[in-house]
Amino acid sequence: MFAYYFDLAFRSLKRNKALTALMVLAIALGIGACMTTLTVLHVLSGDPLPQRSGSLYYPQIDPRDMVDYGPNVEPPEQLSWVDGMYLLHAKRAARQALMTGGMVPLQPTQSTVDPFQAVALYTSSDFFPMFGVPFKYGTGWVDTEDEGKARVAVISASLNDKLFGGKNSVGQVLRLQETAFRIIGVLGDWHPNPHFYEWYMGSYASDEDVYLPLTTARDLKMEHDGSTDCWGNSGGDPEHLETVNCTWLQFWVQLDTPASVADYKSFLEHYSQDQHTAGRFLRPPNVRLRNLMQWLDYLQVVPSDTRLQMWLSLGFLAVCLINTVGLMLAKFMRRASELSVRRALGASQRALFGQLLIESGVVGLLGGLGGLLLALFGLWLVRQQPADYAELARMDIAMLLTTLIIAVGASLIAGLLPAWRACHVAPALQLKGN
Amino acid sequence: MQIGPILTALRRHRVATFLIALEIALACAVLCNACFLIVNRIESMRITSGVDEKALAYIAVDGYAPEHAGDLNARMVAGLSALPGVKAAGVLNTVPFSPRQFINGVTTDPAGQHYDHIANMYNGDAASLRMLGVRLLAGRMPTQDDYRPIENNFEPKESMVLVTRSLADALWSREDPLGKEFWCVGFHFRVIGIIDHLAIPQPEGRGAGTEEFSVFVPVKPENQLAGTYVIQAAPQDLPRVFREAVLAIPRIAPEVVFDHEDSGLVSDLRERYFRSDRSMIGILSGVILALMLVTALGIVGLASFWVQQRRRQIGIRRAIGATRADILRYFQTENFLIVTLGILIGVLLAYALNIVLMKVYEVTHLPVAYLLASAMVLWALGQLAVLGPALRAAAVPPVVATRSA
Repeated sequence: MFAYYFDLAFRSLKRNKALTALMVLAIALGIGACMTTLTVLHVLSGDPLPQRSGSLYYPQIDPRDMVDYGPNVEPPEQLSWVDGMYLLHAKRAARQALMTGGMVPLQPTQSTVDPFQAVALYTSSDFFPMFGVPFKYGTGWVDTEDEGKARVAVISASLNDKLFGGKNSVGQVLRLQETAFRIIGVLGDWHPNPHFYEWYMGSYASDEDVYLPLTTARDLKMEHDGSTDCWGNSGGDPEHLETVNCTWLQFWVQLDTPASVADYKSFLEHYSQDQHTAGRFLRPPNVRLRNLMQWLDYLQVVPSDTRLQMWLSLGFLAVCLINTVGLMLAKFMRRASELSVRRALGASQRALFGQLLIESGVVGLLGGLGGLLLALFGLWLVRQQPADYAELARMDIAMLLTTLIIAVGASLIAGLLPAWRACHVAPALQLKGN
Repeated sequence: MQIGPILTALRRHRVATFLIALEIALACAVLCNACFLIVNRIESMRITSGVDEKALAYIAVDGYAPEHAGDLNARMVAGLSALPGVKAAGVLNTVPFSPRQFINGVTTDPAGQHYDHIANMYNGDAASLRMLGVRLLAGRMPTQDDYRPIENNFEPKESMVLVTRSLADALWSREDPLGKEFWCVGFHFRVIGIIDHLAIPQPEGRGAGTEEFSVFVPVKPENQLAGTYVIQAAPQDLPRVFREAVLAIPRIAPEVVFDHEDSGLVSDLRERYFRSDRSMIGILSGVILALMLVTALGIVGLASFWVQQRRRQIGIRRAIGATRADILRYFQTENFLIVTLGILIGVLLAYALNIVLMKVYEVTHLPVAYLLASAMVLWALGQLAVLGPALRAAAVPPVVATRSA
């Protein structure tokens, strides 16, 4: 039965090629535009660490003075050195890491490579195990190296390829800002997107070249890039970032159980209360503890332009579908006499309805295939854009299947009304007309 | 032409009529708002920087030892000035459209209990101010004494500054801003001059009207401000001069690392800064075109169907005296009525969409002009799309009436 209806559908579609082409084109355009933007959104709002994101939390406290204080005000997005170091050394979470990004001049010993600005992350030892960073060679550093301000560096696979041709460079020397660092680790494949742990250097595709202990970076007065938010009258002198009233550090903790999350939150509240009592925090305790996905949501990392594009394309798809409903109505009503003959020969209304729906499903499938090609072309266009996420815009299997399902589903919905009206023709009237 | 019979005919095709009208309505809503967004983006891209963009290039370097910053400045300024074609070189922290921004909350309250506005602080020496070529509206330019050493890597403790007209209006509204004071984290500033335009480096996304919240602070760079320079050359020489300057940097200062990303001709920095806006304009235009195309095809499809369905009736009308022009006009009027219905619904949808956009994006109320223009475009599109089927209808010979369907 199904196969027969398919056969009928194809025959009917072939009979009126122009109208069929119009319907398929409309669905293909709508689906193509929609899937392009949905794929970009899907890539951009993805989970950077699917296995771990549930237990990673971003603590926030509010150390500011009463200027512009109001109820429900959000605490700053970062921590000051004093608070960050306290929370880091308190070790109240399973793991914790304090970090900030920066650009550091790299003076290669190889004469073939010109000096350049390397993207650096200054962090603490737990960074690597907490985020499950894969190593190709060597390891990360340990607590004692943080404390000892050791001149050690972990480098990315791409920097290792660039400087050492991909060979094991552990133990080699890396010159950064005229200081010799010993390479102790080379990362494997590590490209979390969005770049959740440090977002000022770009939210997407902004992998670091080198990872250095935060204490070492401060010891060498390495420049920190990103936001430095200050209050009071201290100013943000980059030479004295350890003592000024500025927030400039990002802090992540790993909390594995709901109980430990609650404990950590009360720890943050107690700390804020103590600091408030001591007169260091002028504001009453104001803490947040968001997990990774909540934090990305709060930061609104997905560019607003991308959301606008998605809504535009959904609107466009709606227009295309309405268009298809109209065309399908025209097509089905035109076949009133043929349908009457089938009715007169004993086909039930349900059978006709099913047949017509299958016909719209076939249109949807064809439109979906066309839309898929258009979406691939659209994604290629997106990749030509200057945005930092451009390279990530690629279709995966999930989105590919979604495309076809949406196309067929949408065309079935579009076919409901025309099919329902067409299968209610009065056979006698039509047959008499002929 | 009588509208009555057309309406009667349309009433028999309620569903199809309503579908076409709905399609026109959606197209109208999207068209108005997309055009409005495009115009908004174009306007924000046309911002006046207030500086001589074609004659200026910005050079950023890193990697020097902070204690040798003053020495680096001397070598860089001397070395860059000596290059053929370079008219002048100076130390300046940032330029319009550079990724480096120095925004700070400023307040007219000496106690600093609240921040009034957020402004970008341009810090530069006398040469850089001359090169920027800002236009003074009132007051005076800084004199030699006004160029003061920076403290805490931030600003001079007491500065005599130039502010833009728009910042002065925002801080002191109608009062004469000359001689007025403001503060920023305990640093004190006094206004000595008002300039007409000077855009902040990243003018978008900070709220309408804040694009020119700039302060020029005259400074003695010494060891506290280094690594960022501006050079001036004749516009036709500038691209070559800039390339040569980049090549000369390793010779002038072998220890530094040139920052490719942040440096460039100011006109190129502008181009880079607005690149995403341009691509968004492209996407919006593409959506508009595709929407118009699909809508037109929908009208063609349905009108063709109606023409075919009514062949017999057309034949009868022709047989009893209707001219070809009458038939043509019938379909044109019918289309006009449907499109008008669509536009009426579309106006409501357009305003609803505009209200949603206002919540999420920095857009204002949709001006009526956009609705009128969209209505015109859709009417024209409808007439154009229906012309083919209508001509085919007009070509139906009267003899059809005598044949059975």
